[in-house]
Amino acid sequence: MAKAMLVDLSKCIGCRACQVACKEWNQNAGEKTENTGTYENPPDLSPQTWTKIKFVEQNSGDNVKWLFRRMMCQHCTDAACEKVCPPKAISHLETTAVVIDQEKCTGCKYCISACPFNVPRYDAADNKAKKCTLCIDRISNGLIPACAKVCAPGAVQFGERSDMVKLAKARMDALKTKGVNDLRLYGESELGGLGVMVLMTAAAEDYGFPDKPSFPVSVNLWQDYLKPLTIVAGGGGILAVLVSFIGSIGYKHKQEGGE
Amino acid sequence: MGPTFGRGAMTQSWIDIKNSDVIMVCGSNPAENHPVSFKWVTKAMENGAKLIVVDPRFTRTASKADIFAHLRPGTDIAFFGGIINYIITNKMYHEDYIKSYSNASYLINPGYSFKDGLFSGYNDKDRKYVTDSWSYQTNDAGATIKDATLQDPACVFQLMKQHYSRYTPEIVAKTCGIPQAKFQEIAKTFAATGAKDKAGTLLYAMGLTQHTVGVQNIRAFSIIQILLGNMGIAGGGINALRGESNVQGSTDFGLLAGSLPGYNNLPDAAKHPTLAKYKESEVTKTGFTQNRAKWLISMLKAWWGDNASADNDFAYHYLPKNGAGFQKSGYTWIALFEAMYAKQIKGLLCWGQNPAVSGPNSNLETAALEKLEWMMVADLWKTETAEFWKRPGVKPENIKTEVFLLPAALSYEKQGSITNSGRLIQWRYKATDAPDKAKDDLWMVDTLYKEIKALYQGDPNAKFPAPILNLNWDYGQEPDSKMVAKEINGYTVADKKQLASFAKLADDGSTGCGNWIYSGYFVGDGPADNKAAARDTKADPGGLGLYPGWGYSWPLNRKIIYNRCSCDTAGNPWNPQKVLVQWDGAKWITNDVADFGAKDAATGNPITPDKTASAPYIMLAEGQARIFVPKGAIKDGPFPEQYEPVESVIKNPLSAQQINPAAKIWGADKDKLTAFGSKICPIIAITYRVTEHWQTGSMTRNLPWLTELMPEMFVEISPVLAERKQIAHGDWVTVASARGTVSARAIVTERLQGFKLCTGEPEVAGMPFHYGYTGLVTGGPDEDKNYSVNQLSPHVAEPNTGMPEYKTFLVDVRKAVT
Amino acid sequence: MKLSTGLTRRTFLKGAGAAAAATILGDLGFDLTPVALAAQNLRIKTAKENMTVCCFCSVGCGAIVHTSDGKVINIEGDPDNPLNQGTLCSKGQAMYQLTKNKRRLDTVLYRAPGAKDWQTKDWDWAMKEIAKRVKKTRDSSFMEMDEAGITVNRTEAIAQLGGAAHDNEECYLLSKLGRALGIVYLEHQARI
Repeated sequence: MAKAMLVDLSKCIGCRACQVACKEWNQNAGEKTENTGTYENPPDLSPQTWTKIKFVEQNSGDNVKWLFRRMMCQHCTDAACEKVCPPKAISHLETTAVVIDQEKCTGCKYCISACPFNVPRYDAADNKAKKCTLCIDRISNGLIPACAKVCAPGAVQFGERSDMVKLAKARMDALKTKGVNDLRLYGESELGGLGVMVLMTAAAEDYGFPDKPSFPVSVNLWQDYLKPLTIVAGGGGILAVLVSFIGSIGYKHKQEGGE
Repeated sequence: MGPTFGRGAMTQSWIDIKNSDVIMVCGSNPAENHPVSFKWVTKAMENGAKLIVVDPRFTRTASKADIFAHLRPGTDIAFFGGIINYIITNKMYHEDYIKSYSNASYLINPGYSFKDGLFSGYNDKDRKYVTDSWSYQTNDAGATIKDATLQDPACVFQLMKQHYSRYTPEIVAKTCGIPQAKFQEIAKTFAATGAKDKAGTLLYAMGLTQHTVGVQNIRAFSIIQILLGNMGIAGGGINALRGESNVQGSTDFGLLAGSLPGYNNLPDAAKHPTLAKYKESEVTKTGFTQNRAKWLISMLKAWWGDNASADNDFAYHYLPKNGAGFQKSGYTWIALFEAMYAKQIKGLLCWGQNPAVSGPNSNLETAALEKLEWMMVADLWKTETAEFWKRPGVKPENIKTEVFLLPAALSYEKQGSITNSGRLIQWRYKATDAPDKAKDDLWMVDTLYKEIKALYQGDPNAKFPAPILNLNWDYGQEPDSKMVAKEINGYTVADKKQLASFAKLADDGSTGCGNWIYSGYFVGDGPADNKAAARDTKADPGGLGLYPGWGYSWPLNRKIIYNRCSCDTAGNPWNPQKVLVQWDGAKWITNDVADFGAKDAATGNPITPDKTASAPYIMLAEGQARIFVPKGAIKDGPFPEQYEPVESVIKNPLSAQQINPAAKIWGADKDKLTAFGSKICPIIAITYRVTEHWQTGSMTRNLPWLTELMPEMFVEISPVLAERKQIAHGDWVTVASARGTVSARAIVTERLQGFKLCTGEPEVAGMPFHYGYTGLVTGGPDEDKNYSVNQLSPHVAEPNTGMPEYKTFLVDVRKAVT
Repeated sequence: MKLSTGLTRRTFLKGAGAAAAATILGDLGFDLTPVALAAQNLRIKTAKENMTVCCFCSVGCGAIVHTSDGKVINIEGDPDNPLNQGTLCSKGQAMYQLTKNKRRLDTVLYRAPGAKDWQTKDWDWAMKEIAKRVKKTRDSSFMEMDEAGITVNRTEAIAQLGGAAHDNEECYLLSKLGRALGIVYLEHQARI
């Protein structure tokens, strides 16, 4: 049975327990940061920061809204990173997790270019790409991911995908009766269904998500035609060509405010 | 809370928040400062509850609110007074409740009056009230005269109605800055919980208490809760969200000037020169406090054992007696530091506290530390207090104070119990050893006592050594917290049997008990006898989330105090869906432990509801909640009245009295204040905490996972103020008050707004108080600068509690010159 | 999993477990041995569980301190505690770094009058010296009777602060010792 995470942003209070729980469980270091005029920190995902809360303020007259969004690997079913990975270091597991095998990763950064959500980060210290594993060690042992466990208001849930969809729909119905508009269950079907679905109370782009996350056509091209060539040829020349190719066709990341 | 209901504690449990229909958050910020409580706020909202947030700034809690209003700091009484007026005008009060369970019907002495901001009995020379005229009318037999119809103009209800008729929506708008329509929406939503089967709760914290009208802020909301019948019911109540993990416990154990364990008063020389006088003044004729002598004498037995006997008044004279205190202003925090600054105090024992950052006017308080001869600090870190002699701007060689810094163990490096904000005592186990030579505080106190005792034993000329030499103190070679717990719980003196509860305490010296309210939490040596360690999650009577099998709540494992009020006088629950207790015709059904006489202790027979209907507030002599607080219980008025903060840019719209007439103003050279009308500091400053740090930051500014989240001192200001001051997002700015300056990063945000409805449209600057000058991060990049916000705050205090006014003072904000 | 004294065993690890996980991965047809190993390697699997309550705010959230050979290897919320049901906030979740922290004090320090820095001292010396100062200050300031002739037995020259970060049993002894010494300037965090 497929698992899924539901991030219900209507419940998130921006306490960032998920950020710390992720660091604690994965033993990732704290970073040296500065206050740049926002509560948000660290400024971006990094090899040491696999999830973070993005703080978004919206104002219309006296009406202030403060949105909190979790940035993390969405664990796509159709995972572009998996498709483009030359050494097949990235796998989409039956547990739903999309995982980079650190033993196999060669640090080529293709996954970084291909990701529609701009998630994996290159770690120069060991020449590997790093990102959220969905706590593969925990979920393989019957535990829920650290970020889901820690979340006090219950904004992060983990379980059977069908249950998560049901939970989200029920919540959306309840919010609708309270007069909340702009509701969307993001990731129910996008990219073959995201392993991490997001219940939004504002437009996806307000949170900094692409409205229609797409799997770049060229990634298919890469997967089906070009990657086999690299494996067969294994030569440096063709790889060099392909690096520039990937660089040019990869998902164009929108600049997000404050990042 | 104490003056109104009899106990100064959170009336509910955290989980009970889920049973609320309307949650008012005012003067607190649970999503940020008690994030896990938001689990229960969220649960309530999923069940249809409304969340109202009223705050000077839009917080993370506000982001989840159904209704949010910006409130000008220091105007809570005007806001609450407006709601009281709304409830009365629209007859939305719970009439049966106030008639039966409050003093609404009591007639007040004709000598009582209120004119233009002053209550009767004011003496402006010493800024104090003589409170005699604030009293109930009594008949010849001494019984209080009441008018059950609430129509007599001298009755509390009518006096209240008259007092708050001045608090119109127009006045609320002008005073608080809340638009009338929004105020009406809030008042209507909350007043709807006056329906018998609805529950409204208040979550407050230091945002209400840290004002020169702090006690009256809570009083004002207490009146709302009485009027709506929201006290003693599931999902109701008034809940002080305590800041530290065991600040409830430390308060329960009397670590405050004038207090002993279990909320017995420390003797006062004038009021209680002898034990007989103590009993006369503290032991009431009615109410549960008629047992107070048993509690005090059992404590004296626990402390001085065989040396405390009927012959020597149980060593009552071993206890120190309070005098008038420094400048006749007692011994509370500000008086303490003023006395230290005046060199009256020569030595300081500082246990895990960091006043150099947390104390108000910390430039004065750190200067006061310089006047000490010696100081002992026990802590986990080199705190700002421990290193005050290295602070920015001073030369260590000029500071003569000796400092002993003792390395302490943290919570999971030792074992013992702590008490949460909802009075729940839980046990913590030791998981690992403290680093190298660090020791737990129990060991330190034990060792210090043993060393002091040895010195007194060896000195025939020592001053009054008896209380030290005769102190009952044996917790083992290496002190054992379980042995201490047994003493706290109480025992029979003759055969050292642990007591099951405080019901068995005696005033004849036959029982010893360190803290009567904890009696029952540690009843023996068996595995089930440590009730604080109980972990049964199965029992949840009534489905209300009371979990009686988890830990132990004082008193007697009651989760919701005053729960007699959840039923009408005949014992029928107001809300049959959420039953705490219920009279079934023959006996009480108790989902919660009854906070009243439900069964006769001797015979075990049920006590019928009529016997307890007249006195559900068992800790008050009158047994009924006080809308009007009679003489002696409060120093600044029987009804809450709006006054401006000591530093304010607004002329009080309610009366000619600008500030609380009973507030103490201090006069040391560093006690500077910004006068009303001054243009130098025109911006209202507020201080607060953020989720990612805790208190003075010593526990969090040393943890890399938290410092990365909130690395630097900041000040939040509105875009209007930023533009006026030419300040950009992320700039370093200087914030200055009459007392000091700090540096901070500017966060320019619409979440803060000027108060357009108030005269002069004052702006607000909001700052966290977590930063300092020691630690992994200090608040800024420059070690020579100040980042501790309390260098700005004043030494002015609330007249009843001595609580400093941290939450409103005046500053200016300037772009830093680089 | 070993448990602290007197506690029932929780069903902490349930479901497929590591061996099953490895099989599933194998069935996908990839060579995933390292991932499978990572999955098996749950670091708290054989840890001892020590129950605690968070040391920050006053909600009283339960947490489990996982230790191995007496060393802390993980801290997470206690799922049995009805107050927090396994959840924590960012501060509570960071409790791990309180013990794993080079900045913690691990020895007694003394700062002499006018000194620019600390000296390292031992406990015996420090406690004896503090005791001497307490006695000297108390005895030289002790007031047995006030102007009105009332026995007051107090000192106004020693102040005592603190308690909200302590266990109840420690608070009790702080109260008992402070009052036995005659201290009246006795305050703590609740006031501020």
